[in-house]
Amino acid sequence: MSEDSEAIQQPRNLAAVIVGRISIPLLAIFTALLVASLAMLASGTNPIKAYLALGEGAFGTQKAVIETLIKATPFILGGLGIALAFRGGLFNIGVEGQLFVGSAFAVIIGYSIELPAFIHLPLALLGGMFGGAIWAAIPGYFKARSGAHEVITTIMLNFIALRVINWAIGVNGPMRAPRTVVPETPAVFESARLPILIPDTRLHAGVIIAVFAALVVYWFLWRTVAGFELRTVGANPSAARYAGINVEFNIVRTMALSGALAGLGGGIQVLGLAPYNFTTGFNVGLGFDSIAVAVLGGIHPFGVTMSALLFGAMDSGARLMQLRTKVPIDIITIVQGLILTFVAANQIIRSIYRIRARGEEDQISLGRLWGGGS
Amino acid sequence: MKSSDQDPLESLALQVSGISKRFPGVLANDKVDFSLARGEIHALLGENGAGKTTLMNVVYGLYKPDEGEIFINGNQVEIRDPNDALAQGIGMVHQHFMLVPVMTVAENLMLGHEVTRGLKLGLLSRVDRQKVSEEIEALVELYGMEVNPEAYVHELSVGEQQRVEIIKALYRGADVLILDEPTAVLTPQETEDFFEVMRSLVKQGKSIIFITHKLKEVLAIADRITVLRDGAVVGMTKPAETSEKELAAMMVGREVLLRVEKKPAQPGEDVLKVQNLHVLDRRDQPAVRGVSFIVREGEILGIAGVQGNGQAELVEALTGLTKVIEGSIHLKDSDVTHARPRAFTETGAAHVPEDRHKHGLVLSYAVDENLILQTYYLAPFASGLNINPRAVDENARRLISEYDVRTPSIKTLVGSLSGGNQQKVIVARELSRDAPLLIANQPTRGLDVGSIEYIHRRIIEKRDEGVAVLLVSSELDEILSLSDRIAVIYSGEILAIIPVEEATKERLGLLMAGVRETQESSQAAATPME
Repeated sequence: MSEDSEAIQQPRNLAAVIVGRISIPLLAIFTALLVASLAMLASGTNPIKAYLALGEGAFGTQKAVIETLIKATPFILGGLGIALAFRGGLFNIGVEGQLFVGSAFAVIIGYSIELPAFIHLPLALLGGMFGGAIWAAIPGYFKARSGAHEVITTIMLNFIALRVINWAIGVNGPMRAPRTVVPETPAVFESARLPILIPDTRLHAGVIIAVFAALVVYWFLWRTVAGFELRTVGANPSAARYAGINVEFNIVRTMALSGALAGLGGGIQVLGLAPYNFTTGFNVGLGFDSIAVAVLGGIHPFGVTMSALLFGAMDSGARLMQLRTKVPIDIITIVQGLILTFVAANQIIRSIYRIRARGEEDQISLGRLWGGGS
Repeated sequence: MKSSDQDPLESLALQVSGISKRFPGVLANDKVDFSLARGEIHALLGENGAGKTTLMNVVYGLYKPDEGEIFINGNQVEIRDPNDALAQGIGMVHQHFMLVPVMTVAENLMLGHEVTRGLKLGLLSRVDRQKVSEEIEALVELYGMEVNPEAYVHELSVGEQQRVEIIKALYRGADVLILDEPTAVLTPQETEDFFEVMRSLVKQGKSIIFITHKLKEVLAIADRITVLRDGAVVGMTKPAETSEKELAAMMVGREVLLRVEKKPAQPGEDVLKVQNLHVLDRRDQPAVRGVSFIVREGEILGIAGVQGNGQAELVEALTGLTKVIEGSIHLKDSDVTHARPRAFTETGAAHVPEDRHKHGLVLSYAVDENLILQTYYLAPFASGLNINPRAVDENARRLISEYDVRTPSIKTLVGSLSGGNQQKVIVARELSRDAPLLIANQPTRGLDVGSIEYIHRRIIEKRDEGVAVLLVSSELDEILSLSDRIAVIYSGEILAIIPVEEATKERLGLLMAGVRETQESSQAAATPME
């Protein structure tokens, strides 16, 4: 009976689909800002003033917009990596570590050899992708082989990546720059650096690569044979196996592709931003924030791009907000946390705004993947 | 339609009048009237989606009706939840048992109503197992049901578990029992035993609502029959005054062919040849033990057996989904004993799996994508790296019209279609691949009469086109009406392979229960092996 109650669905038109998809994230953002403004009011700040400053800090000047784009770039790539894994039924928490390994590979290729730019830069970027892919394929292999849950193994590999790289750039480490007091690698050669798009600014070509990657991921997922396999394994691994799809191989491939995107993000960070090297504390937390970006973006490449821009904007606008209104930057972390909470636990938003649940299509949820086993 | 029964039933155990229940877009119950006399077995008959379960969920307090009233023993009552229902003496045995396997029968019966003794310490009070066991034994004796209160539920057979469910309802004081499709999981013999239990229950003054879609059973056991269609009562009758044909027509709303029409089989060459096959189950216990058979072009070999006797593992082996320990499988001229699933589909096996939600479909995919689940990587669907959306589209349009899949569009999610249409999607996909072998595992489970008729007709058509069909089913009627030869599987072995002309329900029932035939009779029914 319940089967029949939902039986007749209207043929879906595009506008309705888009509204249906973005209403929850938008309401989640709105609600998060509302709740955070209560916190501001409690501490005697005018939230409207604070949010105006936040907006101005993110979009008010050319420099602000550029900072927003630069900050959004790794979020786009990290978020795409996580979204791709989600579509394949895998929860890749290891984007943080894959991003580190990717930047390490890119930076090594960048500083150890000097080549013509048209070879050197692509090689360094590919190196970053390769590093991330390897670091993600390892837990993928474990999962395919023995069913070891990727959430556990990727978290552990995050620690390993971080410690190994910290050792490598530490005192007497093999990657440590000569004659330096801080733990850092040498800077990469000019020929491996991403070109600057607008002279005398920090805007590098990485943002274009990231947006292009979003298009490629979209094409891959919904237009290719391999993408069909990936989504089928993610949506119903048993049916995939019955249909003759090699589920184990797909798990490894999905993880590798996810890691490659994260590694590309890491590579872009070291090849695009001064001082063009890798140092301790560099990019810590990007991989984890990318999970929030992917979830807010509805694990869709275009949604991920949008939500990465939002996260980038909040990060880059926060400073001006603090300057103007004395609201600590930490409030942004609270807002981001609230957004993620509301999106992940979207029943809360649905019940506040009385929105009916949609069909099966959207049931790739954090909860299911966490318990998803093999 | 007979609206004969108007004689005053002096004491109605349960009466519902004018019950309506709406779901978004669907009127699941439309002013339904229904009454149950004390000591009566009243069958509620209807196709899936006719509103039987909705009505019973209203009576059991799981749904709140939009309109209508419920009377128990002549008093109007409001039933807000199952606890209310139990307090009013209504008990329900669901199709899927609600027992905790790792607990004993007695513990299961106590759940939520623990009997304690000694100091009353709330949650810390001591459980009185002794008393519960005694009470159960008293019930068991009264109704003639064999169950050991100290046995663990997971050790019990399906039939025994069902008895535990009934005892649970009785233990909690039910006078009215609602039995939802109780015979779906039983062998013919077990069903007979079960009917005995039902008769002894009504003899003791209990009243039973028997939900089913099996016409023969209704005629065998019910006192009265109410037929629902599209949420409304279309008739009420008595077994003596009706027939299978008439009931089926009432259920479906048109004449239905109960017996599948088919020409005699004209078997050709061997397509599938299985020799001395051994397969293990998930716990590494032998599940298929030395099975041999042949399926030829243009014939249907039916595998009959009670569920869980190795059919699932046999089919998994025949589709490359599980490892073969010993023996061999030949498909056409290739040895596919250790081949991967894709090699089976490419060599020419089509497979309608037992569990359509888990194995047959991706519910979150639209109809069009489900129709290319095995062939997405082949032309015309794949061109280079890309999927060709136009070919996918064209394929879907062709198949939904050819196989009569009722769907609003090819972009509708399969999860939102009815069970019958979901199965038609699978059948369309598998049959359209023109494979020389079709393995159909429980192809009509849980479907309505109309869809069953349709799928049976398609399977026969394929046979007549020269496809070799292996049909696995625990529905004896299905096996008998479709198969040309019948192999009975019991505990992983094939006890006999007999031509359908020599098969009777009784003979198959005995074999399904593991009773081997004597040497002579099984040789008389010898099969064309080698």
